[in-house]
Amino acid sequence: MTQQFYVSPEQLMKDRADFARKGIARGRSVVVISCADGIALVAENPSPSLHKLGEIYDKIAFAAVGKYNEFESLRQAGVRYADVRGYSYDREDVTARGLASVYAQSLGAVFTAEQKPFEVELAVAEVGRDQASDHLYRLTFDGSIADVNGFVAMGGLAEQVSEALEAGWSAELSLAATLRLAVKALAADKETDALPGTAVEAAVLDRNSESARGSRRAFRRLSSDDITQLLEGEA
Amino acid sequence: MHELTAGFPASQATSSFTEYLQRSRPELLPGSQALPAGQLPQAPHATTIVALAYPGGVLMAGDRRATMGNIIASRHIEKVFPADSYSVLGIAGTAGLAIDITKLFQVELEHYEKIEGTLLSLDGKANRLGAMIRSNLPMAMQGMAVVPLFAGFDQVAQVGRLFSYDVTGGRYEEQEHHSVGSGSVFARGALKKLWRPNLSESEAVAVAVEALYDAADDDSATGGPDPVRQLWPVVYTVNRAGARRVSERELAEVAGRIASSRTIEGREA
Repeated sequence: MTQQFYVSPEQLMKDRADFARKGIARGRSVVVISCADGIALVAENPSPSLHKLGEIYDKIAFAAVGKYNEFESLRQAGVRYADVRGYSYDREDVTARGLASVYAQSLGAVFTAEQKPFEVELAVAEVGRDQASDHLYRLTFDGSIADVNGFVAMGGLAEQVSEALEAGWSAELSLAATLRLAVKALAADKETDALPGTAVEAAVLDRNSESARGSRRAFRRLSSDDITQLLEGEA
Repeated sequence: MHELTAGFPASQATSSFTEYLQRSRPELLPGSQALPAGQLPQAPHATTIVALAYPGGVLMAGDRRATMGNIIASRHIEKVFPADSYSVLGIAGTAGLAIDITKLFQVELEHYEKIEGTLLSLDGKANRLGAMIRSNLPMAMQGMAVVPLFAGFDQVAQVGRLFSYDVTGGRYEEQEHHSVGSGSVFARGALKKLWRPNLSESEAVAVAVEALYDAADDDSATGGPDPVRQLWPVVYTVNRAGARRVSERELAEVAGRIASSRTIEGREA
C-alpha cells in the first residue's frame, strides 16, 4: 500500500491555481468592450473556424481564452442552458447574470473536485438598450466571478492589454473605433502597432439589432472583409 | 445545472435540442405524457395554410381563425411562423400542440446553428420537422393531430422549396403550390386557377390571399379578411434575402382589392 504524503489544503489550491494560470498565460488575449453601437468582442485568433467567441442567446455572447476543448464544452453547455431556459420559461428570462453564475458554479466545482482545474478564463456579455444596462462578467478558472464595467481583457497578457484599453477607452466610441482600439491593445507585446485584420476574430452584439437587422439575435460575427473595412475606415 | 460540470461532455454531445431534452428534460417535450383513456375535451383547432413557389422564392400564408367545434376559438391566432432566417412553417391541427411543436422546431434550428456554427441544410430542416411530427403520432391517434407545411429557400440550389407532411411524419416535396387544413380543398382549387409559373412576389401575395378568401368562402373554420377588426392573413415570403413578414398595410390593400373586384363582378362565386 502506498502512503500518501500530506499536502495542506492551501498548498493544494495554490498548486492548482498556478497550474491553471500557466495554461491560460500561454493563450493569446481576448477583449470584450462595451461601446456606443453595442458590445465588441475581439480575439487574436488566426484560425477562421475554431472560434473563441460565440453566440449564447439573443443578447448574450461568450468569449474565452485557454484550452479550446475545455471552453468549447463550456460554450456548448451554456447554449444548452440558455436554450432550455428560454424554451421552458420565456426568451426574456435568459440573462447573462444567470448564465454567469452557472458557469461560476461549474468552474468552482471542477477546480475543487476534479483531477485538474479548467485552464480557461471566460467572459459573458449581455447587451442592453443603453450602455448603462450592458452587463459584462469575467469568470476565472476557480469559479470567481467579477462584474466589470466598460471592458474586459483576458489571456496571457491581460494586464498589458488592459492598460492599453484603459488609455484609449471611452463610452462614446463607435464600433469601428472600438475595433481599432482592440487590435492596438492586442498588439501590446508585439513589434507592430496593431494586428492585421486577418489575425483577428471579431464579433459584435448589436445594440439595435431589431431595428437595424430585424432580428432579435444581436450577435453578429464579422467576416475578415468586414474587419478590414472597419479598421481602414475613417475615425 | 449538473450537466454543466464537465468530465463527460463528449458522451453528451449532440447538436439537436430535441435529443438533449429527451435525455435531460423529457417532460418539456410536447406530447411526452401518456394520455389516460377517455373523451378528449374540445380544444382549439387551427385551419387553413397555403404555400406557393414563385421564381426566386416561396411564400406561405395562413388565415387567422381557430375553431373549437362550432365555436370560433380565436380570430387573432397566427399559424405561420418563421422557422429560422431562411425558412417558414405553417401549422394546421390541434393549436396547443402545434404551437409547442413550432416553438421546439425554432429552438432546434437555432440551437444547431449556435452549436455547429452553420445553418442546417434545407433538407436537414425538413427531415427534423418530419421526425417531430412522427413523435407526435401517439397524440394524433388520440385525435390531436398536427399537420405542418414547411417552405424554405435552398441556398445551394438557389430556389424556394415546399414540403408537406402526413401525421406519421412522412415528408413529401411539393411542386408549385400546396395547402393544408380544413379549407385546403377550396384553397387548392383556387390555387390551381390562380397560380402561374412567372408570378412576381407581389402577385404571389395576392394569389395566396385570394386562395384563402375562397377557402373562407366555403369552409366555416377558415376566417376571411376582416376589415372591421383590421385582421388580415399572416403572410411570409422567403427569398435569397431571407424570410420577411408581409406588412399589414400591404395585406390590407391586397384584401381590399380582392373584395372590391368581386363586388364589381357581383357573381355568386
